[in-house]
Amino acid sequence: MLIRRPADILPSEITPREVYFNRRQWMAGAAGLALTAALPKGLGAAPLPAAKSPFSTDEKLTSREDVTSYNNYYEFGTGKEDPAANAKTLKTSPWTVKVDGMVGKPGEFAIEDLIKASALEERIYRMRCVEGWSMVIPWVGFPLADLIKRVEPLGSAKYVAFETAYRPEEMPGMQSMFPVLDWPYVEGLRLDEAMNPLTLLAVGLYGETLPNQNGAPIRLVVPWKYGFKGIKSITRISFVEKQPETAWNKQAPGEYGFYANVNPSVDHPRWSQATERRIGEGGLFVKRRPTLMFNGYAEQVASLYTGMDLRKLY
Amino acid sequence: MAGRASASGAGKGFALPQVPKIAVYIAGFIPAVWLFYAGITDQLGADPMRYLEQALGLWALRFLIGSLAITPLRQLLGINLLRYRRAIGLLAFYYAALHLITYLVLDQGLDFAAIWADIVKRPYITIGMATFVVLVPLALTSNNAAIRRMGGQAWARLHRLVYLAAIGAVLHFVLVVKSWPPEPLVYAAIVAALLGYRIVRSMVKKPSPRQRPA
Repeated sequence: MLIRRPADILPSEITPREVYFNRRQWMAGAAGLALTAALPKGLGAAPLPAAKSPFSTDEKLTSREDVTSYNNYYEFGTGKEDPAANAKTLKTSPWTVKVDGMVGKPGEFAIEDLIKASALEERIYRMRCVEGWSMVIPWVGFPLADLIKRVEPLGSAKYVAFETAYRPEEMPGMQSMFPVLDWPYVEGLRLDEAMNPLTLLAVGLYGETLPNQNGAPIRLVVPWKYGFKGIKSITRISFVEKQPETAWNKQAPGEYGFYANVNPSVDHPRWSQATERRIGEGGLFVKRRPTLMFNGYAEQVASLYTGMDLRKLY
Repeated sequence: MAGRASASGAGKGFALPQVPKIAVYIAGFIPAVWLFYAGITDQLGADPMRYLEQALGLWALRFLIGSLAITPLRQLLGINLLRYRRAIGLLAFYYAALHLITYLVLDQGLDFAAIWADIVKRPYITIGMATFVVLVPLALTSNNAAIRRMGGQAWARLHRLVYLAAIGAVLHFVLVVKSWPPEPLVYAAIVAALLGYRIVRSMVKKPSPRQRPA
């Protein structure tokens, strides 16, 4: 992987901290205003200035249109276009994330405070869906590790568990007669995976706050794992001793494991994972490209799994 | 019998205006033409190949269901669409063929190693392929010459394979999706109802009066 040096001068060095924090605060307020005004287009999207990251890929970006209109977010329906059509009803302001479990400093954090507490970065990551397609997405966010360090996990904490908002009245997909998943959506990471510098809490994409269909206002991005690990609209982060349950693993344990690392040599029981289609590449005549081990992030994460049988621990 | 069926002669039920069969074929191909046009002009969303592939498969299943609905419609509601059944059945086959071609050429890029691996390792592909194979003899014998050559009874026996094809098609659909979304289950329920109707009817009235020796 190409590691690019960060720009010599970060935007954060040019603008004094107080000033850009202020600006961010103002923008968070503006985002709230925009939401209440219910603007028809770019609902609530506010610009999010972010520093470039050496972890970004220089591959061609998937268009904003595709990134925001082709989503799996079953709380808003199982069709790929459903989230973009239905997610407007989710109220993302005010929003708090509860941090609890085995931590020295548990608490309930307002989204604005979480954003303020970290320097935002743009991370251009590959995203590989377990269904066999992929995108390249310019996320804006901060390393999950930043938050973890601030809340001081206890020595007994071995895993991090995440939970999506449980709001059937705002999430039409949850009202379906046959629940597709056991709501609320839950996910988890081993603590060392959560601490890996690649693991991101994203609050934006394409330089703006997240659209609801992409998991607003805050979501997980773990680029070396299949997309379903990237839990959306997080309301709770818990530090636990035992491996937490995960939504897709509960639904079909033989098909979706806890680890869900992108691995071209371990097939999904019903389809191959050896290749993928890059969305927006070639249209009707898209060519499959080989899927890379750990989605191309082996250099940064392979060491997390030394000695593990990835065929068994898929 | 095919000539003057429903307009005045059918006796019971609704009198439907006669439509030339060619109109059924033309109408039936509208979705395919639109899908290919929309695909070429980039109107099928972010993943146009997958959209096209799935839509063609879905239309194959819809026409298959349509051909299975002809008999219950006639027996239960007195709506006689028998003269269109061949067209609808053949449309199911044509769409299944387009669905298969899309998978082979656009989805897999004619990578025969990958295709073969899919067929032997993936039950939903195995079932899909088997379903297409079942449809081939039905399509080949969907003409008057074949009925004459085979004799009506043998021909009817062969064409009961359509029940197997319908089961295969919905299984193929249910197995390809994650979890249990409603759409494939709705189609499975429709096929179950259409086949269940035939089972129940065959149990209720054993020998049909027409086949009883005079």
